[in-house]
Amino acid sequence: MGMTITEKILARGAGLKEVEPGQLINAKLDLIMGNDITTALAAEELEKIGIKKVFNKDRVVVVLDHFTPNKDVDSAEQCKIVRQFAREQGLSEFYEAGNVGIEHLVLLENGIVVPGDIVVGGDSHTCMYGAIGAFSTGVGSTDMAAAMITGELWFKVPETMKFVYTGKLQPWVGGKDLILYTIGQIGVDGALYMAMEFTGDTIDSLPMQGRFSMANMAIEAGAKSGIFAPDKTTEQYVKGRAKRKYEFYASDADAQYKEVVEIDVCGIEPQVAFPSLPSNTRNISEVGDVPIDQCAIGFCTNGTIEDLREAASVLKGRRVHSNVRLLIFPGTQEIYRQAMKEGLLEVFLDSGGVISCPTCGPCLGGHMGLLAKGERAIATSNRNFVGRMGHPESEVYLSNPAIAAASAVLGRIGSPVELGLKA
Amino acid sequence: MICKGRAWKFGKDINTDVILPTKYMNLRESKELAKHCLENQNPQFAKEAKEGDIIVADKNFGCGSSREHAPISIKGKGIGCVIARSFARIFYRSAFNIGLPILESGAAVDGIEDGHELEVDLATGEIKNRTTGESFNATPIPAFMQEIIDDGGLMGHIKKKLKT
Repeated sequence: MGMTITEKILARGAGLKEVEPGQLINAKLDLIMGNDITTALAAEELEKIGIKKVFNKDRVVVVLDHFTPNKDVDSAEQCKIVRQFAREQGLSEFYEAGNVGIEHLVLLENGIVVPGDIVVGGDSHTCMYGAIGAFSTGVGSTDMAAAMITGELWFKVPETMKFVYTGKLQPWVGGKDLILYTIGQIGVDGALYMAMEFTGDTIDSLPMQGRFSMANMAIEAGAKSGIFAPDKTTEQYVKGRAKRKYEFYASDADAQYKEVVEIDVCGIEPQVAFPSLPSNTRNISEVGDVPIDQCAIGFCTNGTIEDLREAASVLKGRRVHSNVRLLIFPGTQEIYRQAMKEGLLEVFLDSGGVISCPTCGPCLGGHMGLLAKGERAIATSNRNFVGRMGHPESEVYLSNPAIAAASAVLGRIGSPVELGLKA
Repeated sequence: MICKGRAWKFGKDINTDVILPTKYMNLRESKELAKHCLENQNPQFAKEAKEGDIIVADKNFGCGSSREHAPISIKGKGIGCVIARSFARIFYRSAFNIGLPILESGAAVDGIEDGHELEVDLATGEIKNRTTGESFNATPIPAFMQEIIDDGGLMGHIKKKLKT
């Protein structure tokens, strides 16, 4: 029987010729990733049972990106624990301050994660590496600790739900809209425990940053992972970055799927997820009058240079509405530098925006732009849960960067088309 | 092991940010985290839930983040077990890993109201509603997960494996 790309990668990790959905396997891990919040707990677990060394100092990656630059004294203490852990362990991939970025973009940009890898991370959006054809999934800190000690972890081979996207995308519609639309269709547990496999002719021509947004948000449909079969676009992205040899896997023609969902993208408009679930989506034409107080662009979901270019193309020569605070979060220092070279930072400053260093910041209600009671934000992040960006009675709406930028100018949620812009 | 206590009923898609707001992620001690458990969803729960009480929730409990602070805060509160129609997968793994008992049963969720008194046999998965007299059976825990529980959580399991 044929296997899916996910099954093939997991079989390789388990040292088996084949695996099938539901099978419990022990798989060797290529990478284990953690951030300031999750590594602190994992490091304590190692200490508790007296483990002195991680299994391989080159395969445990730590990025201090959530509550950094240290948002308060407790966060500073937490980062100190993690920094000390990274130094004692002699981790070769440790990122903070001047070389920091939002963890997932750091791993992708620096070729630390490569196609065909099996990766677990102490962060639910670890599923993002499926964009380049790796199997990756989020785990809690105890799983992370176990993985750091043994270099292995048990998995139940997930069933796969295949999504086939066909047709040409409308103007201002990208990967973020496709994934929001999909979650809107299947719900926040529509792919619970499953692997989402993204295919179809629309996907064949979808640029890498669109794939990033889609794989990133697989968890928002409850999935274990989200994956794209590597192709020319993948090759172009990983060559020159990959720090290790990589392998492209693909699903067999006779692979078994739990379900196949076909989506014609021709009629899909830019999507906006209303509070308080990513599945609560509406077409931009059906949003109505939703005034906003804040617009946050960037984060792991939409913090690439392409995302910033998209936002800047809308903001160029325009001023942000007087009621709106525009905050920009470049994904990494490298993206920040590139945005500077291209003059994008100037566009943001001229429009009245504030540019932050790379951090998860307000996305998870950390710092750098929280909301007061009753305030509303549009954000290019991935979650709009109750109180996600601040006060429990504040609201977050999710969109792509172009919609967010246009909304910042309009003072309410709207589209670049309303500003007379054509894609 | 038997746990007895009051049911605290919650709806579907209760996410980790709701279980433990992210602003407390700079804390690590379970009793400290427990003070804020579910405070935005039901402030009464954070104040009044007692040792042994039981959380009963609809589908997809624990969706969202991988941050273990969420299940740790529930365990720190002394909650005897969580019964839900279904669990989000990272939460499901983490609960076993840290030794927080969880049970899946849609029928129990339908047959239990907030404030009901429950008695749960964690070994057999039998859930008794002492208020109504009804009984329910939870989906049996997979043998592999039971092994992790018996070893006192995943770290205990690893420790045992490293010794052998």
